[in-house]
Amino acid sequence: MSNLLEVNDVSKKYGQYTALNHVSLKVPEGSIFGLLGPNGAGKTTLIRIVNQITYPDTGTVTFDGKPLQPGHVALIGYLPEERGLYKSMKVGEQALYLAQLKGLSRKEAKERLHYWFDRLGIGDWWNKKIQELSKGMAQKIQFVVTVLHNPRLLIFDEPFSGFDPINANIIKDEILHLRDKGATVIFSTHRMESVEELCDDIALINKSQKILDGKLVDIKRQYRSNTFEVGLETENKEALRSELETRFTVSGAVFKSLADELKLRIQLQNGHSPNDLLQYLVSKSTVSHFVEVIPSVNDIFIQTVKDSDSNG
Amino acid sequence: MDKLPLIIKREYLAKVRNRSFIVMTVLSPLLVVGMAALVFFLTKANNEERKVIAVLDEGNFFREQFKDDASIAFVPFRDISLETAKDSAQHAAYYGLLYIPEGRDIENAAENIEFFCKESPGLGTLSSMEGVIRSRVRDVKLRNFGVPDEVLGEMGRNYEINVENFTGEKKLRGINEMKAVIGGAFGYLIMMFIIIYGAFVMRSVIEEKTSRIIEVIISSVKPFQLMLGKIIGTSLAGITQFVIWIISAGLLLFVLAAFLGISMGELGGSRIPPDAADAMNNMSGGMQEKMQLYIAELLNISWGVLLFSFVVYFILGYLIYSSIYAAIGAAVDNETDTQQFMFPVILPLMLAIYVGFFSVFNNPHGPIAVAFSLFPLTSPIVMLMRLPGGIGTGGVPVWQFVTSIVLLVVTFLAIVWLAAKIYRVGILMYGKKPGYKELYKWLKYS
Repeated sequence: MSNLLEVNDVSKKYGQYTALNHVSLKVPEGSIFGLLGPNGAGKTTLIRIVNQITYPDTGTVTFDGKPLQPGHVALIGYLPEERGLYKSMKVGEQALYLAQLKGLSRKEAKERLHYWFDRLGIGDWWNKKIQELSKGMAQKIQFVVTVLHNPRLLIFDEPFSGFDPINANIIKDEILHLRDKGATVIFSTHRMESVEELCDDIALINKSQKILDGKLVDIKRQYRSNTFEVGLETENKEALRSELETRFTVSGAVFKSLADELKLRIQLQNGHSPNDLLQYLVSKSTVSHFVEVIPSVNDIFIQTVKDSDSNG
Repeated sequence: MDKLPLIIKREYLAKVRNRSFIVMTVLSPLLVVGMAALVFFLTKANNEERKVIAVLDEGNFFREQFKDDASIAFVPFRDISLETAKDSAQHAAYYGLLYIPEGRDIENAAENIEFFCKESPGLGTLSSMEGVIRSRVRDVKLRNFGVPDEVLGEMGRNYEINVENFTGEKKLRGINEMKAVIGGAFGYLIMMFIIIYGAFVMRSVIEEKTSRIIEVIISSVKPFQLMLGKIIGTSLAGITQFVIWIISAGLLLFVLAAFLGISMGELGGSRIPPDAADAMNNMSGGMQEKMQLYIAELLNISWGVLLFSFVVYFILGYLIYSSIYAAIGAAVDNETDTQQFMFPVILPLMLAIYVGFFSVFNNPHGPIAVAFSLFPLTSPIVMLMRLPGGIGTGGVPVWQFVTSIVLLVVTFLAIVWLAAKIYRVGILMYGKKPGYKELYKWLKYS
C-alpha cells in the first residue's frame, strides 16, 4: 500500500521554542492514522504544516509522492481543534462560502450540501444563524464543511469534542464510511478508546519528537508482556496462589465473573508458552477464565510518554 | 488569488447586512441634518429674544446714540434719580440699566459710566455699548478741535492692501486659507475614513478569532489573501456608506433649505442694519468683481491633480493604516486589549490634522508643512492640504510631491509586509495578551 502523506525529517521552531524536532511519518493511503501525544507535544504544528498554514524550517512533506504545493489544500479537509463559524451568518450561506473557498463551484457546493444536510437530518437549518444553534449542531455543520469537497486526506483534530454520544457515533460512522470510500484519515485525539476502535496506524509525539509509530497491531504485539488473566476455581485459594508465585510473576486481577474464584494476572517467564501455563493450571484447578492481557493504547501511551520523559 | 473576490464579497455583505451598520447608514444623515436644523432654530429663537436696556443719561451727552439692533433695544429714562431708575428697570424686568452720570464734560461722564444688571452681562453686549461710547467721545472731542463733519464721516474708512506677485498677477487675500480648507476637507475625509473603517477591519479580524473560524478559513486560503480581502471588502462597504451619507445628506439639506427658504431670508434681512445694507448695495459692484475673482481662482485649482492625488493618497494611506489595524486585531483576543496599540496609530493622524490646521493654513510651504507632507504616516492628510496650491511654481515643488508619493509607496509595502507577518502568527494565538516585545518576536517567525 502506498503512502498518501509522507513527512520527512521535519523541524519547526518558534523563536527559541522547538515545536517539532526531526519528525518523520508515513500515512498509508486508505488508512485511519492516529496522531497521539500529550498537550503541547507538537501535533497541531504538524497538522498545520500539512495544511500549509505554516511551513517547516527544515524537512519536506510529500502528498501523493509530490512535494506539498498550494493546490493540495483542495484535496485536504481539515477540522481544527479550535473551530467555529461566523456567528451572524446563515448556516447555508456560510457553508457555501467555505465550500467555495475550497474550490467547489457554487452550484456543486449547493447540491452536495443538500445531500449532506439531508443525510445528517439537518436540512431545515439552512436559513438559521449559527448563534441560534447549539454547540453540537454547529459541530455537525463544521463536519459537513470539512468533508464536502470529497478530500483525499481528512484531518480531524479532536472531532468528537462537543458531541453527545449519539451524535459522536453518527460522526464516527461517517468517518468510517468515508474511509471505506477511499479517503485517508488523520485523527488527532486524546480519547484513547476511539483510537483503539478506529485507527489502523498510530504515531506518538512527545515533546516535539516522534517516539513511536507503526501499525496499531504491531505496536500492541511489541508491547505484549505475555501476561494472562486467569480465573481459577479451587478449594484453597491461598495455597494455590503461593504455589503459583514460586513459578510465575503473579499479581491480583479484577474482572467480572459469575463464580467465586481466584483472580490473578500471571506473567510468563521466557521459555514458557501459554500452553504450559494452561496445562499447569488445569492440573491444579478448574480454569474458568483464561485471557491474554492486550496492552491498551492508553497503557502504551502513558508508558511510552513516561519512558521518553525519564530518558529525556 | 482566485478566492480573493469570494472573500471580498463575503466581507462586504457581512458588513452591509449588519443591522447596526444599516441603522448607522440611515440615521447618521438624519442626525446630522437634524442637529443642524436644531442649532439653526435655537440660534434664531435666541436672537429673537431682544435684551432691553434702560439708559439714564443725566448729562445728555449720548442723545440718540444708542440705537436698537437685532439683539438689544434701548429705552431712554429721563429726569429721574438713579434709585428710581434702578427700581423701575428692575420692575420692568429689563436686562440692565446703563447709567451715565452728569459730568464736567463728555469725557468725565464717560469715565464714570456704570452698568447695573441682574446677572453678569454678556461680553458682546458690553463691548457693543463700549463701542458706542468710544466713538461718541471721539467724535465730540474731534468736533471740539474744529474738525468738520464730512471729515469725521470719512474717518471710519478701512483700507485694504492689494496683493500682486512680482509678475504683476493679482492675488486675492485669504485665498491660501481657502485653498487649504479645501485640501483640509479632503485630508479630514481620509482621517475619518481611516479611523472609522480601520476599526471595522480590526473588529472583523477579532471576530474571526473569537469565533474560532479563522483556522478553518486559512486551511483554504492564504492569510494574506484573507487580510487583503477583509480590508478591501470593508472599505467598499465604507465607501458605500459614505456615498449614501453624502447623497442623503445633500437631499435632506436641499429639502430643508426649500422648507426654510423664506424664514432664512427673513433672518438674513433682519440681521443687517438698514444703513449697512445700503453700504453693501453701494459696494456691490466691487464685491461682485471680487467674488468673480475668487471663483476664478478656485476654478483655477488644478482639480484634476487634486482629485487624482486624493485617490492615490486615500488608497495608500488607508491601506497602510487598515493593515496596521488588521495586525492589531490579529494580535489580541478581544477589543479591550487593543488600547495599548491604538494610541500610536491615532497619534500620527491627529498630529497630521492639527499640524495641518495650525501650520499649513498659515504657511503651506514652510518647513513644518514640508516635513509632515513627506513623512508617510502624515503625508496623505498634510500633502492634500498643500496641493490645492498646485504643483510646480507657486505650489508644491515637484520633487516634494514625488518624494512624498515614493516614500508612501515604500512605507505601504513595508507596513503591509510587516502587518501580514504579525497577522499570520497572531490569528492562531489564543489566550495571549502580547506586548510589543512579543510582536517583534513574531516578525522573526518564518
